[in-house]
Amino acid sequence: MATTEVRGLGHSVKRKEDERFIRGKGNYVDDITLPGMLHLEILRSPFAHARLRSIDTSRAEALPGVVAVVTGELMAQHNLAWMPTLSGDTQAVLVTDKVRFQGQEVAAVVAESAYVAKDALELIDVDYEPLPVVTTPQQALEDDAPLIRDDKEGQASNLIYDWEAGDKDATDRAFAEADKVVTLDTHYPRCHPAPLECCGCVADVNPATGKATIYMTSQAPHAHRTLFALVAGLPEQNIRIISPDIGGGFGNKVPIYPGYVVATAASLLLGRPVKWIEDRTGNLISTGFARDYHMHGELAVKDGRITGLRTSLEADEGAFYADAQPSKLRIGLFHIVTGSYDIPAAHVRGEGAYTNKAPGGVAYRCSFRVTEASYLIERLVDVAAHELGVDPAEFRVDNFIKPDQFPYKSATGFVYDSGDYEKALRLTLDKLGYEDLRREQAEAREQGKLIGIGLASFTEVVGAGHGKEYDIVGLRMFDSAELRIHPTGKAILKLGVKSQGQGHETTFAQIVAEELGIPYEDIEVQEGDTDNTPYGLGTYASRSTPVAGAATAVIARKLRDKARTIAAHLLEAAEDDLEWERGRFSVKGAPDRVKTIQDVAFAAYTDLPDGLEAGLEGVHYYDPPNMTFPFGTYAVVVEVDRGTGAWKVRRVVAVDDCGVRINPMIVEGQIMGGLTEGYGIAAMELITFDEEGNCIGSNFVDYLLPTSWETPSFELGETVTPSPHHPIGAKGVGESATVGSPAAYVNAVVDALAHAGVRNLEMPVTSDKVWQALQDAGLAE
Amino acid sequence: MTDVVQERVTTRTVTVTVNGETRAAEVESRLLLAHFLRQTLGLTGTHLGCDTTSCGACTVLLDGVPVKSCTVFAVQANGREVTTVEGLQQGAQLHPIQEAFREEHGLQCGFCTPGMMLTATALLKENPDPTDEEIRWALSGNICRCTGYQNIVKAVHHAATKLAGEGR
Repeated sequence: MATTEVRGLGHSVKRKEDERFIRGKGNYVDDITLPGMLHLEILRSPFAHARLRSIDTSRAEALPGVVAVVTGELMAQHNLAWMPTLSGDTQAVLVTDKVRFQGQEVAAVVAESAYVAKDALELIDVDYEPLPVVTTPQQALEDDAPLIRDDKEGQASNLIYDWEAGDKDATDRAFAEADKVVTLDTHYPRCHPAPLECCGCVADVNPATGKATIYMTSQAPHAHRTLFALVAGLPEQNIRIISPDIGGGFGNKVPIYPGYVVATAASLLLGRPVKWIEDRTGNLISTGFARDYHMHGELAVKDGRITGLRTSLEADEGAFYADAQPSKLRIGLFHIVTGSYDIPAAHVRGEGAYTNKAPGGVAYRCSFRVTEASYLIERLVDVAAHELGVDPAEFRVDNFIKPDQFPYKSATGFVYDSGDYEKALRLTLDKLGYEDLRREQAEAREQGKLIGIGLASFTEVVGAGHGKEYDIVGLRMFDSAELRIHPTGKAILKLGVKSQGQGHETTFAQIVAEELGIPYEDIEVQEGDTDNTPYGLGTYASRSTPVAGAATAVIARKLRDKARTIAAHLLEAAEDDLEWERGRFSVKGAPDRVKTIQDVAFAAYTDLPDGLEAGLEGVHYYDPPNMTFPFGTYAVVVEVDRGTGAWKVRRVVAVDDCGVRINPMIVEGQIMGGLTEGYGIAAMELITFDEEGNCIGSNFVDYLLPTSWETPSFELGETVTPSPHHPIGAKGVGESATVGSPAAYVNAVVDALAHAGVRNLEMPVTSDKVWQALQDAGLAE
Repeated sequence: MTDVVQERVTTRTVTVTVNGETRAAEVESRLLLAHFLRQTLGLTGTHLGCDTTSCGACTVLLDGVPVKSCTVFAVQANGREVTTVEGLQQGAQLHPIQEAFREEHGLQCGFCTPGMMLTATALLKENPDPTDEEIRWALSGNICRCTGYQNIVKAVHHAATKLAGEGR
């Protein structure tokens, strides 16, 4: 069968990229060493809010091995002290006026070795005048709050935006007519994507040509190139961003950080390559954190049906608004908060505020605030079920959008492409043995034991654009694929996106294999080098498969059309008389008259019909007509220790529907990774601050990540509801589990205590919080 | 204080057997083993993820025992044997743990993989047929952000079976 030979869609082929990784031959940014390379280290502020009185760099400059000390003043001389953010704000590269968060970049040392550069940091004398500190959006929005962004003309308060979606009047009516209203106030805590590789770059500005080659940990190399051109004033053709192997991103490597800019400026000024590699503390205290979202949600229920949803939000954006949302959507895609439910009226309002904390609010393995929305609705639905005394699974089913309602227009304006929510939920319950577990739970309670069962039936929205509505600082969110089929029938595919572990080199080759019948081994996938790939917006928000995957399928189909013309010429037949079977054209009624795609590729360079352009190459820029809406149901079973409040996950069942699966092995790997990060967020990951703005959670001793020991085992299942508008029916899956699972874990722990009236536990659900809840509910042992 | 910094910088000659090959170099006394391997010897398969002995990306074997090379000085390895990921493969033949990680999809971004595989080989030396729980305990000093560990556990079982079949 041709299918098995080419290994197109649906084949769990082993990953091409693994060959180098298992040998220790990956090429990450820190592995790059260039002749004459210098090392840059950054001095960070110990204060969260302080005026910079003076900096004395003389002792640092005198240290042998130090080549330069860079301050904000020096950067300002080159008009580089500030840079634009991906959210249209500005951010200090190096401080000139005052520091606005602990860990902010104050100065940098460039030296012959990283060790000497670090030594020199200790020799820089900075005089700070501490200022009053603001660490919550509530404080920030008080009338007499200290103004954090006094650098911005016309910025009279700490408010960044006040944004709303939905129909307020209709929602108010739904609430007025409701027979039950349930509310939930919850804080989605500040966490951090913490990819295992920190951020960094090697900037190499060639003094002879002026060409700046910047090897950098970038999830969006093309967008970063354009931003660099805008920041540095360099001609864009003279900037080449190369994003080599990336050791995980999860959203952390979407923004531009001061370290990249200072290293590039230093290379430009010194005429030598400059490497900057962040240490873990720098990563955790200064680069894109996630969430820190204060949410108030209300559901109106009438006769067992949800009739209205109202939310108000306060986003802690940190000192600079840099969370990289689509420019027209200040709260990202949070208005997906109606989730999997047919809710006729909804209203969402969100405010963003500056605080004296690191900037970010990036989407940690999620699409633009979708995790926050999914968490809120899935927690609210459980609260409602418990308040109404109905089964949380059946309450969900009663309120689901039904299969015949798709395409479904939500009350906040999304048009869901496809879904069958009940099917995924029922499969989850079957795999779980839900009825038996509920019986076991009741029996256990009688014996004084606490078991909880938590569900989450999430719906995500991923794969932005289309470009008219979705852009990042004006750059439309399309993406691209360039396919070059060589004379021998081998191919190179070049993409505008960039893998950070997702396996693009394998899955995108499988898409081409499916469309053209070229074996996937014969297709090399390239990405990350802006000089050698077509423009695209990058990999985040689960957009690679929905957007660049579509671009890949479309360009392969365009080349197949040209191949048909060439095949007709070779077979001396009319194009309409040819039949395409994957990898070969044959003449209708004469099945032995065949030309393979390899024959056609050779002819494209050697034997063309008159008037046809040579070559079998092309590029396509795909602007999606709509986003895709992956969904699924996750179930978590926990046991809670009444003496200590410790909880242990007994089972996790996850049924995902991400449409058509390209490589099931890779899809499942992504899901298990997301379930683990979701567990970490629910159970342990927390970055917090004391009232002076000192960051607590600045290393992996304080910021806890799940290890193999705590992480549960996962039981996976699937349903397949293709996206009707995507060329191969795929929806994207990389983030589903991080989006959907935190609510399932928390719902499970709350469910264990719900019979005693417990309705909420705040993430991370640590044993001390559960212990307190057990005490308060009279359940403690 | 400049003098204080200068005084800290002393050098020593170290001789280390790395992946079976004797390597000698004059290094700063404070040079970390991870940097010695990566920068002095150019063995960049050993990665640095946290600088605080937490994540295990920098794990190498020192006389057969997994250590986090970000918290070991190069001088402490003097006269001893170090195995890095580059030393797992014998000629063109991959180590069974390498094959197993590929076959069971035990890696995604690949950053934790070298340290993870080295810890796993040490476990299998000591315990050729570990249970899930024993594997999870042994690997709990190595953080992976991508896979969720389940396929890593499978990979270690896979390698155990392969090694047993080879009589290793």
